[in-house]
Amino acid sequence: MEQVLKVQNLGMSFGGLRALDAVDLDVGSNEIVALIGPNGAGKTTFFNCITGIYTPTEGDVLISVKGKDKPKRINGLKPNKVTEEGLARTFQNIRLFPGMTVLENVMIGRHCRMRSGVVGAVLRGKSTIREERAAVEYSYGILEKIGLDPFVNEFAKNLPYGAQRRLEIARAMATEPFLLLLDEPAAGMNPNETKELDELIKRIRDEEGISILLIEHDMKLVMSLSDRIFVVDYGRKIAEGTPEEIRNNPAVINAYLGDEADA
Amino acid sequence: MDYFLGLFLGGLTRGSIYALIALGYTMVYGIIELINFAHGEIYMIGAFTALIVISVLTLMGMNTIAILVIAGVIAVVYSSAYGYTLEKIAYKPLRAAPRLSALISAIGMSLFLQNYVLLAQTSDFLPFPNLVPDFEFMEPYAHIIGSAEIVILITTAIVMILLTILIKFTNIGKAMRAASQDKTMALLVGINVNRVISFTFVVGSATAAIGGVLIASHIGMINFYIGFIAGIKAFVAAVLGGIGSIPGAVLGGFVLGWTESFATGYISSDYEDVFAFLFLVLILIFRPQGILGRSDKHKA
Amino acid sequence: MITFGQIKKAVLVSIWFMFLTFPIMVIRVNPVEHIVEWRWKNMLLVGVGSFILSFVWHYFIRRKELGAQKAELGEWAEAIPLAQRIRSKKTLYKPALVAAGIFALAFPFIFSLYQTNIMASALIYVMLGLGLNIVVGLAGLLDLGYVAFYAVGAYAYALLNYHFGLSFWMVLPIGAALGATFGILLGFPVLRLRGDYLAIVTLGFGEIIRIILENWNEFSFGPSGIANIPRPSLFGIDLSVHNATIYIYYIMIGLCLLTIFVVNRLQDSRIGRAWIALREDETACQAMGIDKTKTKLTAFALGAMWAGMSGVVFAAKTTFVNPASFTIWESIIILCIVVLGGMGSILGVIAGALVLILMPEYLRALSEFRMLAFGILLVVMMVFRPGGLIPNVRRTYKFEGVANDEKS
Repeated sequence: MEQVLKVQNLGMSFGGLRALDAVDLDVGSNEIVALIGPNGAGKTTFFNCITGIYTPTEGDVLISVKGKDKPKRINGLKPNKVTEEGLARTFQNIRLFPGMTVLENVMIGRHCRMRSGVVGAVLRGKSTIREERAAVEYSYGILEKIGLDPFVNEFAKNLPYGAQRRLEIARAMATEPFLLLLDEPAAGMNPNETKELDELIKRIRDEEGISILLIEHDMKLVMSLSDRIFVVDYGRKIAEGTPEEIRNNPAVINAYLGDEADA
Repeated sequence: MDYFLGLFLGGLTRGSIYALIALGYTMVYGIIELINFAHGEIYMIGAFTALIVISVLTLMGMNTIAILVIAGVIAVVYSSAYGYTLEKIAYKPLRAAPRLSALISAIGMSLFLQNYVLLAQTSDFLPFPNLVPDFEFMEPYAHIIGSAEIVILITTAIVMILLTILIKFTNIGKAMRAASQDKTMALLVGINVNRVISFTFVVGSATAAIGGVLIASHIGMINFYIGFIAGIKAFVAAVLGGIGSIPGAVLGGFVLGWTESFATGYISSDYEDVFAFLFLVLILIFRPQGILGRSDKHKA
Repeated sequence: MITFGQIKKAVLVSIWFMFLTFPIMVIRVNPVEHIVEWRWKNMLLVGVGSFILSFVWHYFIRRKELGAQKAELGEWAEAIPLAQRIRSKKTLYKPALVAAGIFALAFPFIFSLYQTNIMASALIYVMLGLGLNIVVGLAGLLDLGYVAFYAVGAYAYALLNYHFGLSFWMVLPIGAALGATFGILLGFPVLRLRGDYLAIVTLGFGEIIRIILENWNEFSFGPSGIANIPRPSLFGIDLSVHNATIYIYYIMIGLCLLTIFVVNRLQDSRIGRAWIALREDETACQAMGIDKTKTKLTAFALGAMWAGMSGVVFAAKTTFVNPASFTIWESIIILCIVVLGGMGSILGVIAGALVLILMPEYLRALSEFRMLAFGILLVVMMVFRPGGLIPNVRRTYKFEGVANDEKS
C-alpha cells in the first residue's frame, strides 16, 4: 500500500522534558489509523509536531506528493503551509470561530485554495466573483455531506455540541486534504452521536478518498474504525498493529491498566 | 565618579518607585491575566489623597513626621478602596468576556479616574511638600544621595520583604498563588476566588499608593496626569522582569530606572520616555517572558 | 419591584461612594496659598447619585445574567438587531440610504459654515474609525497607537508642501502610502504579540512618534509645529476660506464613501474572513491554512492607510499641525468610536463617530465632561453591550436546491 504520511524517529523535548521519543508512524492511502495511549502520553504533542504548531527536535515528517516519487519533508513548516500541503486537523477542545456563521467557518477552510487578494476584493472583478461563488458552493456541498446544511447561517457558537464537532471536521475537509487528523473527535459525545461519527468518518474515507489519523479514547470507536492502531505511552511507541493484535498486546494492557495489572 | 554614582543611585531610587507600582501590575496579572490599565491612576489618587490630607493637617498645625505617617496611611487606605471598587465595577462583570473587552474597560476606567481628579481638583501642577527631614548623618553624602532617596530605598525594601512574607507564608498568599495557577481548581478546593482577586487589587493598590506618596514628595509636584506615564513605565518594568513574577517586577524596576538615569545623564533628556518604550519593544520581541519570567505557559 | 434588600444595598453603595470620593470631591486644596475649601454639596450629590445608579446598575446586571441563563437553556429570545431589520427590508433600506445621501449633499446649503466645518471634522473621525475598525474590529488587534499614522499623514502634507510645494491632491495618495508603510513597519515587530502586550507596544509606538515630532526640531519644527499649510485647491484655483471649507466637506464625503465602499468589500472577501478568523482564534486560523503574518500585516497596513489619508485632510483643513494634536487620547477617542458603534460594524462606526464628535460640539456646556463620559462609556459598553450600538451583521446566504447566494 502506498504511504501518504511517514513519520520517522520523531522526538520532541520541552526544555528537559522529553514529550516524544523516537516515534515512528505511517498512514497508507485510504487508511484509517488510530493513535491511542493514556492521558499525557504525548498524542496531542505528536499532532502538533506534524501540523507545524511545534517544530520537532528530532526526526522527519514525510508526506508523499502526487506525481512525485520523492516524499516531501514537512517538519519545520508553519501550520498554514502544512495545511496547504494537504494535512488538515481538528482540535481536542473545539476551536471554531464562534462569531462567524457555519458557512463562513467552512469557507475559512477554502482560504488556502483561493487566490484573490486585496485588489481583487475591492474591485470584485469577474475572477473574484467566480472564485467566491465557487467557494460558497464547495463549502455548502461539504455541509450537505456532513449534514449541517440546515445550520448554514447560524453562528457557530449557537450549534449543539455534537454539531460543533462535526463542523470542525467540515472546516478541515474544505482545505481539500489528503489526510485528516482528528484529535478526539468523539470526546463528550453520547453513544448515538458517536455512532453517527463512526459512519461519517468511514464515509469520508470511502467517498472522498481521504486518509484519516485519529486520536481517540473511545475504544469501541477506535476498534470499529481503525485499520491499524499505534499505541504511545510516556512519549514512546509501545505497539502497533491491527485492532485484534492491539487488543491482545500485553504491553498495551499494562500501559492502560498500569498499577492495577501489577497489583 | 561621583557623577556616575549619582546617576546610579538616582536610577536606583527611580527604579524603586517603578518597582512599587510594577508590583501591582504583576500581582493582578498573575491572577487574572489582565493588565490593569488603571493602575497608574490608583497611584495618582494615592498621591492626591496624601496631598489633601497633608494640606488639611498642616493648617491644623501638626508636626511633620506625624503628618507624613497619617497622610501615608490614609493614602494607602483610599488607594486600596479605589482599587477594590475598580475591580468590582470594571473587571468583575467581565470575567467571562473576551480579554479585549476587559482591556477596553480598563482603559475606560483609566480615562475616567484621570478626568475625575481633573474636574474635582485641578489641571494645574500642585506643589507637594517634601516631608522627609534632612538627616544629619547623611550630610557628608548629600551631594550623591539625599535623605529622601534613602527613605525611598528603605521603604521599598521593607515593602518587598513584607510582600514576600505575605505571599509565601500566609494563607491568603497561598490562596493567591493557587488562584494564579488554576482558578477552577482553586475554586474546587474551596478558595473564594472572588475574594482573592479583590485582595490582590487591594494589596497592589496599597503598594502603588506608597510609591505615589514617596515619588510625589521626592519630585515635589503632582497633577492628574502623573499616573499615566508612571503607570506605563511601571508596566514596562513589570514586563521587563517577567510579568507575574514579584522579584521580576523589582528587578525590572531597577533595570528601567538605571537605563533612564544613565541614558538621560549621558545622552539626552529629551527622549527620556522613548527609552522606556524602546526597551519595552525590544524586550517583547527578544525575550517576551522577561528576565525572570516563567517561560510560555503554552496557552495554545 | 424594589425589595428591602435592594434598598439596603443601594444605601450601602451610596455610603461607600461618599467615603470613597470624600477627599477628592469634597476637599479642594491650594497648597500655594494654603487654602482649603470644603464642598459638602458634592458629598450629597455623590450620595444621591450613587444611590440611584446602584439600582440602575444592578437592574442591568440582573438583566444581563438573565439573558445569559436563557441563552444557556437554548431559549433564543434574542431580538433581531435593528440594523438587520432595516437591511432586510429593501423598501426601508433603499429610501433611508437615499435620504441620508441627499441630506449629506445638501448639508452645507442648509446649515451654517460653522456647522459644515464641524461636520467635516466628524467625517474625518468617521474615516479614522473605519480604518481602526479594520485593525481592532475585524482583525481583533488592539492598536492604541493609531494616531501615529494620522500624524504621519498630517506631517507628510505639511512637510512635503513646505519643502517641495507639493499640492494636497498629490500628497493624498502619498499620505495613504506612507500610512500603510508605517503600518507595516509597526506590524513587523509586534507580529508575535497578542492582546494586552500588543496594546501597550502600539501605545508606546504612538508616543515615540509624538515625542520625536516634539523634539526633532530640524525635521518637524518641534512643539511649535508647522503653520500656513495651504487648503486644497480646485483644479489649480485657490478658494476663499468659505468655499474651501465647503470643498473640504465634500472631499470628506467622497473619502468616507470610498472608505465605506472599500471596507465593505474587504469585509465580505477572502481577506476579510481571514481577519475575522484571526480575531476569533489565532491558532485555529493558522491551522486552517491562513498565513498569520500576511493577514496581520494587511490589517495593519490597510487600517493605517486611512489614517494617513485623513491626516492629510486634517492638515489641509486646519492649515496647521503640531504634535499636540496627536496624543494618546486621540487614539483612545477613535477607539471609543469603534467600541461605541460596534466593533466590525461599518454602520455602527459611522454612528459612533457622529455621536461622539458632534455631541460635545453641540453640548458645549458639557464639553469639559467629555473625556470623563468617554471613560464611563467604554466601561459601560463593555459590561452591558459589548457588541456596540449597531452590532455587526454577518452576511447570510440562501440556498434553494442549487447554491446561489443572495444578500438577504
